[in-house]
Amino acid sequence: MAQDATTKWTPPERTGLAKESAFHRLRRRAPWWLLPLTVVTVLSAFIVYGIWTAFFGGKVYTAPYLSPFYSPQIWWNGPVTPALWVLPFPLLFRATCYYYRKAYYRSFFWDPPACAVGEARKKPYKGETRFPLFLSNLHRYAMYLAVIVLIFLWIDAIAAFDLNGHFYLGLGTAIMVINCIFLSAYTFGCHSVRHLIGGCVDCYSKVRGGVKRYEGWKFITKLNERHAMWAWLSLFSVVATDVYIRLVMTGIITDPHF
Amino acid sequence: METPETRTCDVLVIGAGGAGMRAAIAATEAGCSTIVVTKSLLGKAHTVMAEGGIAAALGNVDPDDDWKVHFADTMLGGQLLNNWRMVEIYAHEVIDRVRELESWGGLFDRTPAGGIMQRAFGAHSWKRLCHVGDRTGLELIRTCQDRLTATGKADVCMEYTLTKLVSDGNRIVGAIGYKRSDGGFVVINAKAVVLATGGWGKMFRYTSNSWEGTGDGAAMAYEVGAELLDMEFIQFHPTGMIWPPGARGILVTEAVRGEGGYLYNSEGKRFMFEYDPKKLELSSRDVVARSIYKEVKAGRGTPHGGAYLDIRHRGGDYIKRKLPSMYEQFHALAAVDITKEPMEVAPTIHYTMGGIKVDPETAASTVPGLYAAGEVAGGLHGANRLGGNSLGDILVFGRRAGEAAAEFAKSHEAASVPDGELDAEQKRVLAPLAAPEKGEGENPYLLHEALQWAMQDDAGIARTEESLNRSLSAIQELKGRAKNMHVPGGRTMNPGWHTCRDVESMLTVSEAIVRSAIERRESRGSQWRLDYLEKDPEQAKVNYVTYRNGDSMAVKPVPHDPIPKEKEELLHHSRFYEEKKA
Amino acid sequence: MTDTAEATTDIRHTQDGRTGRTVRFSVFRGVPGAQASYVTYDVPEVEGMVVLDAIHYIQKNLDMDLACRWNCKAAKCGSCSAEVNGHPVLMCKTRVDDLPEGTVTVAPMKTFPLVKDLVTDVSRNYKVNAAITPFTPRKDEPTPWKIQQHDIERLYEFRKCIECFLCMDVCHILRNHDLHEEYYGPRYFVRMAGLEMHPMDDADRTDEIRTAGGIGFCNITKCCTDVCPEHIHITDNAIIPMKERVADRHWDPIRRMFTKKKQTANAADAAE
Repeated sequence: MAQDATTKWTPPERTGLAKESAFHRLRRRAPWWLLPLTVVTVLSAFIVYGIWTAFFGGKVYTAPYLSPFYSPQIWWNGPVTPALWVLPFPLLFRATCYYYRKAYYRSFFWDPPACAVGEARKKPYKGETRFPLFLSNLHRYAMYLAVIVLIFLWIDAIAAFDLNGHFYLGLGTAIMVINCIFLSAYTFGCHSVRHLIGGCVDCYSKVRGGVKRYEGWKFITKLNERHAMWAWLSLFSVVATDVYIRLVMTGIITDPHF
Repeated sequence: METPETRTCDVLVIGAGGAGMRAAIAATEAGCSTIVVTKSLLGKAHTVMAEGGIAAALGNVDPDDDWKVHFADTMLGGQLLNNWRMVEIYAHEVIDRVRELESWGGLFDRTPAGGIMQRAFGAHSWKRLCHVGDRTGLELIRTCQDRLTATGKADVCMEYTLTKLVSDGNRIVGAIGYKRSDGGFVVINAKAVVLATGGWGKMFRYTSNSWEGTGDGAAMAYEVGAELLDMEFIQFHPTGMIWPPGARGILVTEAVRGEGGYLYNSEGKRFMFEYDPKKLELSSRDVVARSIYKEVKAGRGTPHGGAYLDIRHRGGDYIKRKLPSMYEQFHALAAVDITKEPMEVAPTIHYTMGGIKVDPETAASTVPGLYAAGEVAGGLHGANRLGGNSLGDILVFGRRAGEAAAEFAKSHEAASVPDGELDAEQKRVLAPLAAPEKGEGENPYLLHEALQWAMQDDAGIARTEESLNRSLSAIQELKGRAKNMHVPGGRTMNPGWHTCRDVESMLTVSEAIVRSAIERRESRGSQWRLDYLEKDPEQAKVNYVTYRNGDSMAVKPVPHDPIPKEKEELLHHSRFYEEKKA
Repeated sequence: MTDTAEATTDIRHTQDGRTGRTVRFSVFRGVPGAQASYVTYDVPEVEGMVVLDAIHYIQKNLDMDLACRWNCKAAKCGSCSAEVNGHPVLMCKTRVDDLPEGTVTVAPMKTFPLVKDLVTDVSRNYKVNAAITPFTPRKDEPTPWKIQQHDIERLYEFRKCIECFLCMDVCHILRNHDLHEEYYGPRYFVRMAGLEMHPMDDADRTDEIRTAGGIGFCNITKCCTDVCPEHIHITDNAIIPMKERVADRHWDPIRRMFTKKKQTANAADAAE
C-alpha cells in the first residue's frame, strides 16, 4: 500500500506554511496561527499561575470559602503547600483529556498546527503509540480521580452556604457553585464517561437497563459536543474562584453578601 | 497497434451501481469468475442519488399491503404497458431482496415494533417505501459494495470505459474498451455479459442524472444487435432544483412530498387540487410534472419558472431528521433554509423507463449471452415508473441477471474476442485525438450541449410530431458533425476525449428515443403528445421496439404479452384502480 | 406549433444568471514526472456558481483536457474532492461567492499520488477497505430481524459517508507522515465504528483497530472532522469511541474483568 516514491507528488507551491493561510481565511477568516497562539498563551498562563499558587501562594482559605486549589483539605501544616497534594489529579485529568490533547498537540507540538498546513517536525511520527503519550489511554482512571476531587469541591461549595452555623450567601458562594457546575459539565461530558455510560454497548436492547443507558449516553453526548467550551470555562472558573477568594482573604476586596 | 491489457472471465458485469454489484455478487456466489467494470470509482454510481426508498410490500406500517397490491400499483402506474410477468416477479421478490440487504448490514429506519419503517410515496396504495432518511440509495450501494468487497472474488476495474460489445455472430464473446487513467486499451473475454449501465438523461439539458448517464449500455447493446424497448418513455421527475443555474436539474426527492410537502403556485394556491384531487401532491410523477408545467405555462410560475415546494409546516427538527440531505443540499447550493423558506422546483429528466428488451425470468436480451438489469433494461415500469420501484428493480433483476449469466457461462465454451476487432475499434476510438479531417474539428462539449437543447426543447416533456422531427434532424446533423470531433491532449485522463465517446452513445440513444416517440401517436404515461392528447386503445396493446436494420435504425410495434385473466383480477387490489382504469 | 415553442421557453427559463463579473482561477495542471504548473483561467461568474461549475466552463470553453473527477454534482457521490485555496473540499459544494476575493486556487488532493491535473489515484483506500473484517451477522437472530430505532440511531452518521476521502487527504498522519502502511485513516475508522456498533454484528474488531488499523497514531487533532462534507463527527463519534474500546481491552484491567463477566452474562441471557 505504500506509495511509490516516484509517483508521490508534492505540489510545487505547497511546501511552506505561510502560503496555506488562505484555508483559514476561507473558514475562519483569521490567520491560522491565531488559534494555536491563543491556546499556548492561555495554557501557559494557567500553568504558571498553578505553579505559583502551589509553591508560593500560601493556602487560600477565608471562612466560609476554600479555594479549589486546596480542596480537599488533607494536610494543613506540612512541609509543602496543600495544593501540591490535590493539583496533580485534575491536571492529570486535563492532560489526558481528548480535547486538551487536540489543543496541545496542535499548539505546542505543531502536529499539525492547523489543517492541511505543512508540519515543522522531521523525526518519525509515532502518535500515541509510544511512551509517554500512550498513557493517555488511562484517561478514565484520571477521570475517576477527578470525580473524587469534584465531589469535595461540591462539598466545599455547599459548606460555603454556612458561616458559623448561619446561612450565608455571598458573591464567593455563587462563584464557587458556578465553578462546580462548569467543572461537572466538563468532567461528566468526558469521552470516557460517555463510553462507560453507553458508548461501549453495541445493542442497547440486549443489555440490562439498555434504554436507560442509551438515554444517559444521549445526555452525555450533548455535554460532550461542547466539551471544548466546558474545558475552557472550567479552567477559567477555577482560577477565577481562587483569585476571588485570595482577594477576599487578603482584604483587597470585601465579599458582598446577603 | 499497441498490445492491449487482456482479461478473461466467465461473467463480465458492466456498471457498478446497485444492479451491477448485485449481479456480480450473484455471479460470484454461483462460482463464476467475475469482472466488474465501471466508468467511475466504485460506490459513486448514480444509485447514490436515489433518495426516497425501496418499494417493497412488507406491510410493516400498513398491514393491508401485500405483493398483489404492489403488483397492481406498478401495472397501473405503468399504464399496463409493463411486462406483467416482470412486475409479478418484482413485487414478489423485492421483499426478500430488502431483507437480504438488511442481513448484509444495511440499516433502515425502524417502526416502533422493530420492523423496517415504510413511508408513503406517489401512486403507491399504502406506505411502502423502506427507507433510511433521504439517502436510501447510498445505503444500498454501500451495503452492496461492502458485500462485494467481502466476498473478495469479483475483480473490480474502476475507471474503465468499454466502447464495444463483441459478438461472434451467435453469442457475446467479450468487450473492448480503454482505461480512463492512461488511455491504454483493454480486451475482456467473457462467456456472458451483464449490462447494468443505468439510464440516460445526459442528452437532456436539465437532468438529475450524473455525467455517467450517457446510455453507453443501451448504445453498445443496440450496436451488437439487441432490441430496445419503450424508448420513448422518459420520466420527468416533478421536482428538481431550478436556481441557481448551476444546480438546475438536481433532484429534490419525492420524499419531501411523501413526508407531507405541499406544492404551491405563485398565487399561493395548492394547484394539485385541480389536477388530482384524490392523491394531490402524491399523484404519479407524470401527472405532477405535467401539472407544474401547466401552471408555469399559465403564467403562475415562480420567478425562475417553477413551483414552490413547501415542507415548513413539518417543523425544523422533523425536516432535519427525515430529510437531512435535502436540507443540506439547499443550504449549500441555493443558500435556502428549507425549514424556513419554500423550495423552488421544476420538472427534471430523471429516469428512463425504456431500455434493452429482456426476458422477464432471466433478464436475457435478444442477443445470446447478453443480459441487462436495472435502468438499462426495459419492461418493468411500462409508461411511467413509480417512485421507489427502481431501487427494488436493481436488486431483483440484478440478482436474476447475475444468476442467469452465471448459468449461461457454465454451460458454454470459453469465448474470446477475435483479433481483428481490436484494431478497428482502436482506430475508431482514437480518431478524435488525431488531426481533424477538416478545419479545427468539432468540440465534443459543444456538440453535447447542442444535443441537450435539441432534446430538451423538442423531445422533452411536451412533444409533437413537428418538434420530434425537428429534434431528429438535429440529431442527424450532429451525427455528421460528430465524425469530425477533435480534442487536444493525450490519452492520459483526458476528459475531452472521454466526452467524444459519451456523445456517440448519446446520439445513438437519442435517435432511438425520438424515433419511438414519433411512432407512439398518443399520450400515455410520460409520453405527452400535444398533437395526440388522448390515449389510443390500439396502441395500448403494443410496445415500440427499436432495432438495428443494417446501418440504420428502425422502430416496430410489437404486441406485448397480454396479461392473463387471473392476474388482471389482481389489479383491483390497488386503491387507485377506478381512476386509473378510466 | 407556436404552442410548443412557448411551452418550452417557459419551462426552460432562459435567464443564464450571469453576474457580469469575472473570477480568476488558478488551476493545477500536470502529470507525474513532468513539470507541473498552475494555469490561470478567467471564468464569467454565474449566480450561485460552485467551483465545479467553473471547472466545467474551463473544460468546455478554454481547456478541453483539464482532468477532474465528478459524478453527481450534488454532493452525494464524493467524487470531486480537491483543494480549493488550500482547503480540502468538494468542488460541487463550494460556492465561489463564499470564497475570499481574488484568485481561486484549485489543486488536487495532496495525500494521494497524482494521475493528472485534479485527479489522484485513490486506489489505496479501496485496499484498506477490503482488509477490514466485514459485517458478520449474529447467527441466532430470528428473521426478519427486529431492530429498535435507538439501537441504530448513532450509526446513521457513519453510514452517511460518501467516501470523498477528504478526511484521508487532510489527515496529517497520511498527508505529512506517510504512514500509509501503519494507519487505516479516518474513513476506515468510521466504517469500523459503524460495524462495531452495529446491533446485529457479531465480529470483534478491537484488536484489528489497534494493530492493523493503527488507531494509536491518531492524535485526535480533528482535521478530518473539520473537512467532512457530510458533517460526520469523525473524531468524537468514531475514532474516540474506538480508542475507548481499545482502552477497555488493552489498558484497563478492571474493565477487562468487568466486560468478560458481562459477556458471559449476555451469553446466559441469550441462552435463556
